[in-house]
Amino acid sequence: MRRNHLILVFLAAALLGRAGAAELLNASYDPTREFYAEYNPAFAAYWKGKTGETVSIKQSHGGSGSQARAVIDGLDADVVTLALAADIDGIHTKAQLLPANWQQSFPDHSTPYTSTIVLLVRRGNPRQIKDWDDLIKPGIKVVTANPKTSGGARWAYLAAWGYAQLKAGNNPAAGKDFVSKLYSHVPVLDSGARGSTVTFVQRKIGDVLISWENEGFLAQKEFVDQGLEMIVPSASILAEPPVAVVTKIAQQHGTTALATAYLQYLYSPEGQEIAARNYYRPRDPIVAARHATEFPPVRLFTIDRVFGGWTQAQKIHFADGGIFDQIYGN
Amino acid sequence: MNPLPPDHPGFRGMSSARSRRALLPGFGLSLGFTVVYLGLIVLLPLSAAFARAAGITWPVFWHAVSSPRVIAAYQLSFGASFLAAAVNVFFGLIVAWVLVRYSFPGKKLVDALVDLPFALPTAVAGIALTALYAPDGWIGRLLAPLGITVAFTRLGVFVALTFISLPFVVRTVQPVLAELEPEIEECAATLGATRWQTLTRVILPEVFPSLLTGFALAFARALGEYGSVVFISGNMPKQTEIIPLLILTKLEQFDYDGATALAIVMLVASFSLLLLINLLQKWSRRFQPV
Repeated sequence: MRRNHLILVFLAAALLGRAGAAELLNASYDPTREFYAEYNPAFAAYWKGKTGETVSIKQSHGGSGSQARAVIDGLDADVVTLALAADIDGIHTKAQLLPANWQQSFPDHSTPYTSTIVLLVRRGNPRQIKDWDDLIKPGIKVVTANPKTSGGARWAYLAAWGYAQLKAGNNPAAGKDFVSKLYSHVPVLDSGARGSTVTFVQRKIGDVLISWENEGFLAQKEFVDQGLEMIVPSASILAEPPVAVVTKIAQQHGTTALATAYLQYLYSPEGQEIAARNYYRPRDPIVAARHATEFPPVRLFTIDRVFGGWTQAQKIHFADGGIFDQIYGN
Repeated sequence: MNPLPPDHPGFRGMSSARSRRALLPGFGLSLGFTVVYLGLIVLLPLSAAFARAAGITWPVFWHAVSSPRVIAAYQLSFGASFLAAAVNVFFGLIVAWVLVRYSFPGKKLVDALVDLPFALPTAVAGIALTALYAPDGWIGRLLAPLGITVAFTRLGVFVALTFISLPFVVRTVQPVLAELEPEIEECAATLGATRWQTLTRVILPEVFPSLLTGFALAFARALGEYGSVVFISGNMPKQTEIIPLLILTKLEQFDYDGATALAIVMLVASFSLLLLINLLQKWSRRFQPV
């Protein structure tokens, strides 16, 4: 379901209203709900043990783009944990609330956990979908969200393009050709990733859903009776949802140290474990090894390698008049 | 802004005329409140949009409001809203007629039902309609064999807009019909008018201005509708994208200029349409039998 409006989830309700408690607001995107619901109490306990200070963490969830816009327009978030770097870049270029090189503040380009894009099909895989190429066979209907509004859909678009480009010997024309064909198979473009999951699973539209891996796992768990099957394509993109301290706001609140520790803890074995339990691929090799059987092996390519990074990809593919617009004849 | 006292120099020219005519006290105070209230609630946000638009250069503005994708969205937004309002004028009149002229068990319930689209959060309406009209929904399942798909098509947008704009027609026509005494119809009949003549010559001219108002309100409401449409339309560029969705899409790409430009176009278009219909209404009153 799309969340146009901010939904504030007060997690540490017990801690609210207690004088002297430090407060932190984390503006995040849609599918991280379950993850941060588990992570926040764990961090609060860790922080209490380390400093003796009680911290209450508030969460705000919504589409990645609209969350970034909310921060630009004045949402007082100390940290942002969004779906893609371009949205945090936007917070820098539009409001200068954090430095241009924000992505160097934390390890692994400030992405403590990763995910990828997979294909979800119905019970028994009736249309025999095995890989990306099967999506553009005659009569196949593909469900994905609108890359203009959905972070996940942007990753999906880039995954499809990158697969075709690399298969054709790194030929971008092949990527464009594949993606153009792919979107002619799409009957509905929801505005968010959760919306397209609902369209596919509950409205029974389409033969295959292009989805975040973590969203796919969640859908399988949520709709056990439907017997949804996850198809891992032969190659996909390494989706890196980044995190950042909104430095200007944190400075105003005097929460810079706390906000930094909050994001740093995501890289700790505990944080990584919670991420893995919530279907995000952990960066920590030890935690990753422990969950190796849960995450199917995929040949992953990075956005830097195929598309020259987010700034570039955003400008060429998703800006007004970009390639996505051209596909729809604009 | 404070209301001007009646002896304020600004009122001098008219104060004598007004004090003679206004029998109700408190005109200055209530007018003051009206102006302040309208200014704060309506005009301020609108002028903020215009102020924002003032910073946009003409080529950027023109590009934002005239791309093929935007034009397709205008067509859908205005077209579907017009059709929905037109359909509601017809059926809304019938509903209002039944509610005014006849009494039957459960009438109060039906009367209350009419208001439901007012009260229901539009998102709920959108989700319910989508569930109903999706290919596996109660109605969608019956339509699918006929090759008709409603959910995620332009037809779906029209259905949603019809749903949310119905009460506007019914509630504007109802009181006018209620005032139209049945005796007038009986009188027409005794003078030898056929039922058709009574309808077209007696009833319709009387309710026509209110039908126009109802149409205008329904149309304006449908133009602005977002919540229910995003669920039932497929949001496909150039096919099922409405203008409010495009505005949001532009905002989420941080394209504030583009979004503002579109907002201004919608604002001007809606205002001119409402003005036009108001004038039309005035004009139509001139032909009303006294």
